[in-house]
Amino acid sequence: MTRTYGAYGGRYVPETLIPALDELETTWAELRDDDSFRAELHHLATTYAGRPTPLTRVERFAPAQRMYLKREDLLHTGAHKLNNALGQAVIARRLGKTRIIAETGAGQHGVATATVCARFGLECIVYMGSEDMRRQAPNVERMNLLGAEVRPVEFGTRTLKEATSEAIRDWIANVDTTYYLIGSCVGPAPYPEVVRELQRVIGREARDQILQVEGRLPDTVVACVGGGSNAIGMFYDFIGDEDVRLIGVEAAGAASLGTGRPGVLHGARSSLLADDDGQIMDAHSISAGLDYPGVGPEHAQLRDSGRAEYVPCTDDEALEAFHRLCATEGIVPALESSHALARAVDCRDELILVCLSGRGDKDLAEVLGQPRGSA
Amino acid sequence: MKTLVVYLMAMPDTPELAQAAVEAGADVIEVGFPFSDPLADGPVIRRAGERALAAGMRTARCLEVLAEMRARVSVPLVLMTYSSIFDAHGWARLESEARAAGATSFIVVDLPADERPELRRVQLVAPTSTDERLRLAASTTDGWLYLVTVTGTTGARTDLAPSLAPLASRTRIVSDVPLYAGFGISKPEHARAAAELVDGIVVGSRAVEAAEQGPAELARFVGSLRGALDALAVA
Repeated sequence: MTRTYGAYGGRYVPETLIPALDELETTWAELRDDDSFRAELHHLATTYAGRPTPLTRVERFAPAQRMYLKREDLLHTGAHKLNNALGQAVIARRLGKTRIIAETGAGQHGVATATVCARFGLECIVYMGSEDMRRQAPNVERMNLLGAEVRPVEFGTRTLKEATSEAIRDWIANVDTTYYLIGSCVGPAPYPEVVRELQRVIGREARDQILQVEGRLPDTVVACVGGGSNAIGMFYDFIGDEDVRLIGVEAAGAASLGTGRPGVLHGARSSLLADDDGQIMDAHSISAGLDYPGVGPEHAQLRDSGRAEYVPCTDDEALEAFHRLCATEGIVPALESSHALARAVDCRDELILVCLSGRGDKDLAEVLGQPRGSA
Repeated sequence: MKTLVVYLMAMPDTPELAQAAVEAGADVIEVGFPFSDPLADGPVIRRAGERALAAGMRTARCLEVLAEMRARVSVPLVLMTYSSIFDAHGWARLESEARAAGATSFIVVDLPADERPELRRVQLVAPTSTDERLRLAASTTDGWLYLVTVTGTTGARTDLAPSLAPLASRTRIVSDVPLYAGFGISKPEHARAAAELVDGIVVGSRAVEAAEQGPAELARFVGSLRGALDALAVA
């Protein structure tokens, strides 16, 4: 069991939560290699979620390269988040918890959690910043439709950072009955490992698929990084393939790895947007899913070791890639994934694999409200 | 004699407030260094932290206020904050600078007993803590053990939590360190009821609210708690 990733990770939470984390750690250690757990996940993935997701070559979007998209946008609920929500819901049921709480930024994790709670008959409460509720209104309606209660968080930045703090406060108060279904590879141990293992299916499938179609490994694998769950899921099975470049793309105004410093937030030590005194700074991104000042601790370790590179992408660059994928391929990407697309097309390498982590229906109001700029 | 611990958020006027609290009967002052994302705190202390940060209460300024408090009072001063503040300043550096400024101990709310054992500090335990965790915290704590009365965040409650009594008796079995109870204690009745179970009480959110109305109101509030605790000793 991994609690730390080099100098990062750990369990920086109030004592109240430690027994619940110990219980989760013990259960997870039993489940991760348990055949019946794996069989249950596989059954849900293939009969409910829509796995495996396809790999799509995008010749018109990237005429100078051989670029493939891993189509997590085609997963049920429209993003990779369901991989994690399904797996953790199964864990919660094995722990005997009936009340599920979650935080959400773009709303995709909230929708995925509301979906699995509806499927399993679990009570679901989702914390969401009021600013994010405004810019991702369709997802709020979807969560309500699915029977979840969306609780607005009205203080601070009114985005994912405060929503996560409120979810943790709820968990502290209701830890006996409640499972905290965290949405990314962040938080206290063992969450970063649990989420990575549940998202690894992305990279495992994509690696097999590209070997099948191209007969070789990609030169480069690209994924967007907010908390980092689609990226760690995509990267993990390529880490041992030393010739494969791993590139994480952060929003330029939320580059926890690119411009951050070590710090402690939401239960883990990682690389954060924080000032010299350790006060957390505001992140800024057009994409609610990347608008977070922290990142999973394992990404901080991958950056330090040099195994993965992390590069920024501006709002305008992401918007341009968004429009171009729509126009050239008939695929509406999530704004989050558009960051990965924007950096992937700059890449000089020949064979490129990009994680298209989600679809962009939720972003239409935000995108149509923006000036077109140079795109 | 039961011990009365009063929490104050570090602000420019905290030295004056601390003096008022001590003169009214506080035995220990906890001084909060504000953090932008205080996930163990309810709305009152969260908002007090926001105001403190808006007033420029960063670590260097907080240390100055701590030194000014030390110049006015001789009771133990416990620096209470979150891991991020220590991590940014340097764990050992903040410990030594705070001690030089007059801090006698530390409470790090989001640092369970098995993380960073090198920082000698007051450990917290909660109703959810297992006996093994109680033993670990009691054996590493600095002077007294902080019993979190509720499964929840800081903030006033209507009644004293029923979870305190079993937590106190479980802790007594594994350790003989003094036990002070906090979280949700806001009235003389709570103080009295809690003090029948433990050796001291900690008052946070309600003290912060009283402090916002100035030293006279804080002294009145602290005096009412002192009276409740002393009546218990006489009875």
